Amino acid sequence: MDIEETRLPGIGLRHDFVTRQGRRIGVISQKNGARELFMYDPDDPDSCRAVIDLTPEESEVVAELLGAPRVIERLARLSEQVEGITTEGIPVTADSPFAGRTLADAQIRTRTGASIVAVIRGDQVVPSPGPDFRFQIGDKVVVVGTEEGVHEAAKILGGG
Amino acid sequence: MHTTRLLLELGAVIFSLGVVGRLAGRVGLSPIPLYLIAGLAFGSGGLLPLRAPEEFFSTGSQVGVVLLLLLLGLEYSASDLVGQLRQQAPVGVLDLALNGLPGVVFALVMGWGPVGALAMFGITAVSSSGIIAKVLYDLGRLGNRETPSILSILVLEDLGMAVYLPVLTAVLAASGASAAVVSVAVALSVLGAVLYVATRYGHQVTRVVAADSSSEVMMLRILGLALLVAGAAEGIHVSAAVGAFLLGIALSGEAAEVARPLLEPLRDLFAAVFFVFFGLSTDPGQLPAVFLPALGLVVAGIATKMFTGWYAARRAGVGPGGRLRAAATLVPRGEFSIVIAGLAGNSIDPRLGPTAAAYVLSLAILGPLMPRAIDPLARRAARRARDKAVAARAAALPA
Repeated sequence: MDIEETRLPGIGLRHDFVTRQGRRIGVISQKNGARELFMYDPDDPDSCRAVIDLTPEESEVVAELLGAPRVIERLARLSEQVEGITTEGIPVTADSPFAGRTLADAQIRTRTGASIVAVIRGDQVVPSPGPDFRFQIGDKVVVVGTEEGVHEAAKILGGG
Repeated sequence: MHTTRLLLELGAVIFSLGVVGRLAGRVGLSPIPLYLIAGLAFGSGGLLPLRAPEEFFSTGSQVGVVLLLLLLGLEYSASDLVGQLRQQAPVGVLDLALNGLPGVVFALVMGWGPVGALAMFGITAVSSSGIIAKVLYDLGRLGNRETPSILSILVLEDLGMAVYLPVLTAVLAASGASAAVVSVAVALSVLGAVLYVATRYGHQVTRVVAADSSSEVMMLRILGLALLVAGAAEGIHVSAAVGAFLLGIALSGEAAEVARPLLEPLRDLFAAVFFVFFGLSTDPGQLPAVFLPALGLVVAGIATKMFTGWYAARRAGVGPGGRLRAAATLVPRGEFSIVIAGLAGNSIDPRLGPTAAAYVLSLAILGPLMPRAIDPLARRAARRARDKAVAARAAALPA
């Protein structure tokens, strides 16, 4: 899929692409955080038929609706597709030694070879959290790796 | 007594601006022409001449120019400007040359001499980025394929003004040809130095100005700095407007984001004061005399801008519908033309101000209506182009 990026001086950035069905859709990211979602007119591919203004909060909701289930879906499919790789959502409980500590502290990849690909917090998904990410009680840490590695990671994070 | 009168008159002017501004917004017009009309009505020789607030408007209009240009500069980063200049320079040169030409010819025919021609060049050449950005937003055209072409013309015009205004200021201030050459040289080297510092050390400038503090303190600091820079720029004949514009460009990133919403309400107030003041200092009695020549200038101004828009969109590979839309969108003239006319003042010819007022009034009213009016045409052109492409593809297929 080809995503076209265009600078709009004074306004922000525009990204657009053509769907498999031949419709062009795009998003304008304004400097102040507002987003515009638009669909091009099939009769005149240079102009827009529908434009929806989104505040920063609203665009986050749309992104989540479109994106969050996809992350989990993709992970589920990944573990089915690739033999020898396991995915698991490991809960951070009150017993966990890493509740309140950072991802770097846990050294999951060095110690187990497995990777933390996302953290699910409430109904939010944090994809590829950085080393400064701080775990909280109630988080679900999505780990991908060999069965052994994931098991090991669950022990470290669960404090078992 | 004086205070009573001042407050009453000032209140009446600002309140009526609010009322007409709201009406303008309802019918999709820019408030600029209405501010000008209000200024003409309240000025000497107008319907309701006011005396007391003249001093406030005179000072306020200077602050208005500084804020207009500061906020314009904040919209752009130096890398935006340099990038556009690299990719689109030919379009920018064509735009300024083609659209400035009618003004130059007009001034020479009217006998305003070379300085008058220089002023009229700027007045006719520059589109109103404020009005156009608003039209694009209101009509939901930010995503359109022709929009980047339109925006890059606006950017290049604004950048062109950063060169043009110092030249005009220097020429207006200089007493002889050699003094003018020296002033222009000084102005251009300062301009170059500031642009260089802005692209290289923009972050440091930003850090000094925007060190964390509460928002009202930040507003005062940026406003104060803008006035200081503008004053210094005016002192060396670079023009206050350009000083403010360059400061806006030099401030980048987070500071620009924080400063913009803080300064916008101030800009709206003082820009309104600026337009009213221009109306106040223009004698409405002169308008009928310049009406017909200005009308010719308006027709030429529409034609040359439409050609520029059409050409720029075609150059970017946009279809016929988008080319028509780009052509119609670029027509409005506004704040810059008035800034230039205000600088030139009555020193060139007493008819220059009224001509500029008539020109901007017509194009600021017609301009925002044209993109709406051309929409059905553009739609039809796009459909025809699509049908032709389909037919060509069908003909190419073996029967």
